[in-house]
Amino acid sequence: MAEFRLPANSIVKKGTHYPAQNGSGNTRKFTVYRYSPDTGENPRLDTYDVDMDTCGPMVLDAIIKIKSELDATLSFRRSCREGICGSCAMNINGANTLACTMALADVEGDITIYPLPHQPVVKDLVSDLTNFYAQYASIEPWLQSDSPAPPDRERLQSPEDRELLDGLYECILCACCSTSCPSYWWNSDRYLGPAALLASYRWLVDSRDDSTGERLDNVEDPFKLYRCHTIMNCAKVCPKGLNPAKAIASTKQMLVERRI
Amino acid sequence: MSNLRTPLSKVKGHGSAKEGTGHFWYQRLTALALAPLCLWFCFSIASLPQMSYDTFTTWLSSPFSAIMLILVLATAFFHASLGLQVIIEDYVSSTPLRTAGIIAVKLLCVALAVTGIFSVLKIAFGS
Repeated sequence: MAEFRLPANSIVKKGTHYPAQNGSGNTRKFTVYRYSPDTGENPRLDTYDVDMDTCGPMVLDAIIKIKSELDATLSFRRSCREGICGSCAMNINGANTLACTMALADVEGDITIYPLPHQPVVKDLVSDLTNFYAQYASIEPWLQSDSPAPPDRERLQSPEDRELLDGLYECILCACCSTSCPSYWWNSDRYLGPAALLASYRWLVDSRDDSTGERLDNVEDPFKLYRCHTIMNCAKVCPKGLNPAKAIASTKQMLVERRI
Repeated sequence: MSNLRTPLSKVKGHGSAKEGTGHFWYQRLTALALAPLCLWFCFSIASLPQMSYDTFTTWLSSPFSAIMLILVLATAFFHASLGLQVIIEDYVSSTPLRTAGIIAVKLLCVALAVTGIFSVLKIAFGS
């Protein structure tokens, strides 16, 4: 059955409180999910008072400050700090987003941070995205063409055909969309999820690709594709402002059109 | 780890069923048909002078009412079987339970649809 309750060893307990160090008193409370596979203990919620006068503007700045000044054991992924690498995707106050592009000023009150929902947790805010990446690989995200490329130049594409890829190619595979989708929570072993299906559609509409039929065959499946019921959580949380639900609906439309 | 299949092999699984578009299409087609059919059904029932057996049987003995009600029953149960199948597929992940649930839903919907249509015909042709 779909899992509506956490197993006993996953129930989140109350953790430690870390007060701000020599701050001015202008602090904000951060509640952060902590889990370590080494201790055998249940996950816990640690709270940190972070001095806002010496903190950068983004949620990621606060997390880095916690790690450098309050608690060096906190684990999280981050790299580019400008919303292009997709590493720092996490659940901030109930919505998946990138910590580096989420401004502290845009979040009201205390801030609660969890790892991406319904994925195995490696440690603290680091979730295991092995299945997510394998799903991306399974849609074969590369140009497939039986027509030989011109010997002296690249394959040409008209500006109009290139425009069809806008809103699709920008995906950074942060997994915010897929891990916000209930269909993905219950059936991620078979449902490809919004991110992989957006990438699939990106190749379906590429004018230089002539494997459209095979690509459609590969996603035409009650589970791989049709678990999407267009509730649009994916579009709501996408930190790049993309709309995977629309790409999935267009894929379904292509499948209907080729049979009627 | 219980098996050493690669993550990609797990995701590819048994490949694509090349199916699901028919289900998707008929779910929308029946929804489209049910919109006017349900309106007709509600207005017809509401406009009956009284809720008695005789009024109902007289109403159903008109060919138009009988045909429309048969359409309502057939479409509604087809739509229900498609919708319930989706719910089972979404929430029941154990394969034996899911298979049993889908079989039960399909058979029940056919049985109920046939019972309903037979009843309408019996009244319409007067017994």
